[in-house]
Order: sequence, then C-alpha cells, then structure tokens
Amino acid sequence: MESSNRDRKAKLLEIRDLYKAFPLSNSLLEQLQFKHGRLVRNRESVHAINGVSLDMYPGDALCVVGESGCGKSTVARVVTGLLQPTSGSIVFDNQRIDHLPPKKQLPYRRRMQMIFQNPYASLNPRMTVRQTLEEPVRFHNPGIGNGELKQKVEEVMASVGVDPGWSNRFPHEFSGGQRQRISIARALTVDPELIVADEPISALDVSIQAQVLNLLMEAREQRSLTYLFITHDLAVVEHFGSRVAVMYLGAICELADTATLFDTPRHPYTQALLSAIPRLNRDRPPHIKLKGEIPTPINLPTGCLFQTRCLYADERCRQERPALKELNDGARVACHGVEEDRIE
Amino acid sequence: MPILEIKNLEVRFPMRGGELIAIRDISFSIDRGERLGIVGESGAGKSVAAFAILRLIGRPGYISGGQILFEGNDLARLSPEQLRQFRGNQITMIFQDPMMTLNPVLTIGTQMIECLQTHRGMGRKQARKVAVEKLRRVAIPSPEARIDQYPHELSGGMRQRVVIAIALLTDPAIIIADEPTTALDVTIQAEIMELLLALCETHQVALILITHDLGVVSEITQRAIVMYAGRIVEEGPTRDIIERARHPYTHGLIDALPERTHPGQRLNQIPGSMPSLVDIPPGCAFHPRCEHVTDLCQTRVPGYTLLDHARVACHWVAAQEQS
Ligand SMILES: Nc1ncnc2c1ncn2[C@@H]1O[C@H](COP(=O)(O)OP(=O)(O)OP(=O)(O)O)[C@@H](O)[C@H]1O
Ligand SMILES: Nc1ncnc2c1ncn2[C@@H]1O[C@H](COP(=O)(O)OP(=O)(O)OP(=O)(O)O)[C@@H](O)[C@H]1O
Ligand code: SF4
Ligand SMILES: [Mg+2]
Ligand SMILES: [Mg+2]
Repeated sequence: MESSNRDRKAKLLEIRDLYKAFPLSNSLLEQLQFKHGRLVRNRESVHAINGVSLDMYPGDALCVVGESGCGKSTVARVVTGLLQPTSGSIVFDNQRIDHLPPKKQLPYRRRMQMIFQNPYASLNPRMTVRQTLEEPVRFHNPGIGNGELKQKVEEVMASVGVDPGWSNRFPHEFSGGQRQRISIARALTVDPELIVADEPISALDVSIQAQVLNLLMEAREQRSLTYLFITHDLAVVEHFGSRVAVMYLGAICELADTATLFDTPRHPYTQALLSAIPRLNRDRPPHIKLKGEIPTPINLPTGCLFQTRCLYADERCRQERPALKELNDGARVACHGVEEDRIE
Repeated sequence: MPILEIKNLEVRFPMRGGELIAIRDISFSIDRGERLGIVGESGAGKSVAAFAILRLIGRPGYISGGQILFEGNDLARLSPEQLRQFRGNQITMIFQDPMMTLNPVLTIGTQMIECLQTHRGMGRKQARKVAVEKLRRVAIPSPEARIDQYPHELSGGMRQRVVIAIALLTDPAIIIADEPTTALDVTIQAEIMELLLALCETHQVALILITHDLGVVSEITQRAIVMYAGRIVEEGPTRDIIERARHPYTHGLIDALPERTHPGQRLNQIPGSMPSLVDIPPGCAFHPRCEHVTDLCQTRVPGYTLLDHARVACHWVAAQEQS
C-alpha cells in the first residue's frame, strides 16, 4: 500500500546501478604478473559499491546500515558529488546530476548537504562560528544584505540550541555535541531538501546523542527534510529511520520499512546483524553466528556476495548473484533462499 | 573474600597552574569469577581508573592516594620487580586497540612464546603447544597455521581474539578490558563478548569490563559501577541499575537511549554536558544538569547512601531514604 502511494509521489533522489571501484595504487612493477607464459598488467581495485539502486521520496529518513567497509560512506560521497561513480547514475529531482560539469551541479549541491561523523573535520578551526555559518549562506545567496545575513545566522544558531551570543567563538571552545550541532546548523543554513549524514552521532556520548538526534528529528518535522542517514547503530535506526537499507560488500541485501525490517528480517545477513545487537533487556533471541571472515572487496565472491558466510548457501548461491526482489509486504530482499522460501 | 579491592584510589595529573584530579575516592571490590562493568561517558575517568589499577599511569601523572589490594598485597606500594609478579600475569588488560598489545614486527607465535618463557619459564616447544592451545580456545581457525602470521595479516576481530589468547597465557585471575569491542562491528563484538563470558564462567576469571555501551554491560556483567566526572556515583547489581537506577545521572543516561522511547518520538535528554575536569562544579558535580537539585547539592559533595547491595552518591536519594 505504501509502495503504490510512493509511485504517485515524485522521487527526490534516484540511485541507479551504482558502481564505484578504487584502483589500488600499486607501483607498475607490483602490477605486473607472469601469466600463461606472458607478462600481463594486473590492475586490482577495491570494489566499494557493487550495484546499488534505491529511490528516496520527500520526507523519507532512509537509514543505511552495515558493517565497517561495506561501502556506506562511499555511497554518501557519490550521492553528494564528492566522488565520481565508476558507473550508474544519480538523479536528483528528475535531473541526472552525476555527469554534469561542476558549475552546473552547484544549484543541486545547495539542495543537498552533508554532515560528517567528525565535527572537527567539517568545521574550520580558524573560523568563528559566525564566519562558519555565514560562508555557505553567502555562497548560495550572492548579494545577500548584512542585516539579513546576521539575522539568518542567529536564527539558525538558536534553532540548534547554541546561544547566538557565542557566535564569535571558535570551534575548540565548544564541546563535541555543540560542535556537531553547529555543523548541523551549517548544513541547515541553506535550507536543503536532502541531508546526507554519515555517522553524525557515532562519536558522541549517549546523553549528547539524544540531543543531536532530537535536533535532526525536529528539523525533519519543521522543514520536511529528507535524510539519507548512515550509521552502524541499529537502535538509532529503529528510532529514527522510516526505511532501512542493509548493505553487505557494497550492495544492498535488504531494503524495507523500519518496522517491517525489525519485525521480520528476511535476509540471512540481516537476521545475523539484528541478533547481534546488545540489548538492555536480556530476552533477545540467541546470537546467530556467521561462518568465516568478511571477504575483502578486492576479490569479490562469485554468485551471492554473502555466500561465503551464509549458513543457507547452496550451489545456485555460489553461481548466480541474486537480485533485489520485492516481497508482498513491500520489503526487498536479495537472496535465493528467501525467494525459494527455504529460509525461515 | 574479594580477589581485588580498591580503596579510595586517587590519580592526579600535574598541569600548568595546579593539579588535575582525574579520579578521586574510587573504591570497589570484585570477587573471583565475577563480572563487573564500569560505565560512564567520555572523560569520566574509566580508563584512568583501569590504568591506575595496573600502575600504568604515565608520568607526570601519579597515584596520589589509596590502595589496590590484590589478595592482600597493595599493588600501589610494590616495587617494579614485585609488580611484575602480578601485572601481565595474575592481572592482565585488554585494550580497545589490539595493536597496543601486539608487536607489528613479530609473529603472533613469537610474542606468545616469549610471554610464556618469561612468565612461566617454559621451553620453546612446550610454549608453542600452549600458545596453539590458547588460540584454539579463542576460536581462531587453524591455529597451527595462524600462529606464524603477523598481526597485520589478521582481521580486526581476529586480532582482538589473539589479544585475549595472550591475556589467557598466564591463566590470570583478573582481566581488565577497556572498551575491548568498541572498534569492532556488532557481529564481531557479539562473538568476542560471548568468548569473554564463557572464559569467566569456565575458568573463574574475574572481569572488569569498561565500556560506554549500556547494552553490552547489561548482557555481560552482574554488577555495574557508574562514573561521572572522576567519581563513582552509583554501584549496584546490573539489572537494578538498568531497570531502576537511583542516581539522576544514571537514570538520565539510560532514559536517553533510543530503546527507551517509542520510535519517532523525541528522546529524553539530559541538559548540558559533562564538565571538564578543570572546572568541576562545586558540591555534586552533576548538579547543574540535575532536575532534583537543591541548595545542598550546590555546596556539599554527596556521600554514599547505602541501599540493599547498592550505593548512590546523591543528596536527593539520601533524603528519600531518610523519609
Ligand atoms: N579513497 C579510497 N581509496 C581506496 N579505497 C577506498 C577509498 N575509500 C574507501 N575505500 C574502500 O572502499 C570500501 C568501502 O569503504 P567505505 O568507507 O565506504 O565503508 P563504510 O561502510 O563507510 O565503513 P565504515 O563503517 O568503517 O565507515 C572499503 O574497503 C574501503 O577501504
Ligand atoms: N595523561 C593525562 N594528562 C592529563 N589528563 C589526563 C591524562 N590522561 C587522562 N586525563 C584526563 O583524565 C580524565 C579521564 O580520562 P579517561 O581517559 O579515564 O576517560 P574515560 O572515562 O576512559 O573516557 P573515554 O570513554 O573517552 O575513554 C579526562 O578528563 C582526561 O582528560
Ligand atoms: S542468496 Fe544464498 S548465500 Fe546469499 S544470503 Fe541468500 S541463502 Fe545466503
Ligand atoms: Mg564510513
Ligand atoms: Mg577510556
């Protein structure tokens, strides 16, 4: 029902068949190999994203989860134009943006903003908070008057709960939580439609996480923002997300509404992941152990990317890569076992 | 009798213009085979407390008071030679970063065998056998082959398991683990935690687990200590702490977790943030953030109110208990 609703709504962001590989920077000599009696140049690369497609609708809070190195940050960087995809496309508000020249991308860049894990990295230590906040407003609104600028900055500071009287201070004079709220304020100054947040609260303490998460949720209600929210904290996902994409080795293995995913995880990897979250109450289901080690994204497994660690893998899994298929409750799962109905 | 008893431990760091007291009045004890959690937010003093127990506080920092009683011996007063008999032997530590323990230029086997030769006076051959045995115990696949690998050839989770295997070499009575899984993914964290849990249960090893993850504390430990701004503010059975915390800070911390609020609802938050140790508020250090604050809280440091199996440093709790 929700999906048909979605079909009528205009998509805000469309990611299609995205691939991103980073060539390994070995010296030429290291790349040379003697194979079958001749010298070949063996170019290895890190396959960070291996065919990701997803749609986002206005008001979505789509959370991307998965273990370290599965490609979450790379997706965020490709979407926001910090990286060029190897192949595939990014369509924002019906306009393909990934292949536009940088100048033409500018109006779209204003409409999507990125928040990083480390607020140190995203704030310039030599700029006061006022300067930090004024810069993007000036940049995106050339010719704005000084009075209007000052007012805008103060409004934004107040909206993230940082005293506007402190606007002449430098980042190091603020606590980690305050700094992260300032970098969120910075992203909000240009009234974006989409916020791509890469682990925005992972570096913060629990009591500060709550403050920042509340702020992000308020901004979502008040400005009807759309979030692509990257995290490895599943409790945060359950709380914040409207939908969840679970990634493994650079691909989505399951994509579903948050409640559906947590109630009925389908993919064997999702099941294992959810079973591993430490919970406050002790009556969680037993931990499902995966076999083996996470393969490197340099030599991807054949067939299903999860096949080497899956307890249900069979011959088909080792040969053929499963596609992301929609089930009757709208969840999408890439798994032969689920499709063949042989996984609980 | 507890195997380890800490009494009024205090650690100071000399700074320009005075001394910073990183932890003060830290007292607790742990029994053989017991699992104790130490929780608190960043900067609360958890690591300093752990390092102090092993006398690993680097200069110019120093232990400025208190006792560390291990089976009656005060580690705070032992000479470095005497200390060696306990540290890395009876009491071992697992750090967040396995590379704090592992030497990158030596194979795992070399490091393990050296440890057994020094601490146990074993011959090479026997030491290797014991090392393989311990690697197998921490579920390293094909330990006979892995033992000759270098740390960088292993994944993060495997490295941490090797560190645990090294910690087990000397059959310690106590393991102090400082955020042992914080850098690892949840599935690997779950495996490491299950491993530690099993070891404590089968070998009667006492575990002091330092973490800021209340979920981990809830699943692994039997008793928990909550630290705030260098002091213990609450101690009690883990279940009680999680389900009915008494100290307003502990209560606020647990209430702020997303699990404590319906999805999509505003999370409960504690106003403000933890003070830096250079300007700890007078009286109860938590008072500027506390909803139950009274005049007394602003002037006098609360002592401990003893409850059944628990203690809380809070004037508000003390007043409730009296009435
Ligand atoms: N600039 C780069 N050059 C080479 N490899 C890279 C680069 N950036 C990322 N990678 C590799 O791509 C893969 C995906 O990395 P990415 O940072 O997207 O993972 P992630 O899911 O964000 O992980 P984490 O949870 O640790 O942040 C990893 O194997 C990583 O080592
Ligand atoms: N060598 C040092 N010199 C000066 N101050 C120090 C030193 N080591 C620690 N401190 C201070 O002692 C306090 C407690 O630090 P500690 O590392 O124990 O915190 P923690 O509770 O382990 O936090 P985290 O969760 O971030 O690991 C901090 O305020 C820190 O700045
Ligand atoms: S497709 Fe096969 S290998 Fe992949 S997750 Fe499903 S059952 Fe496991
Ligand atoms: Mg990342
Ligand atoms: Mg620490």
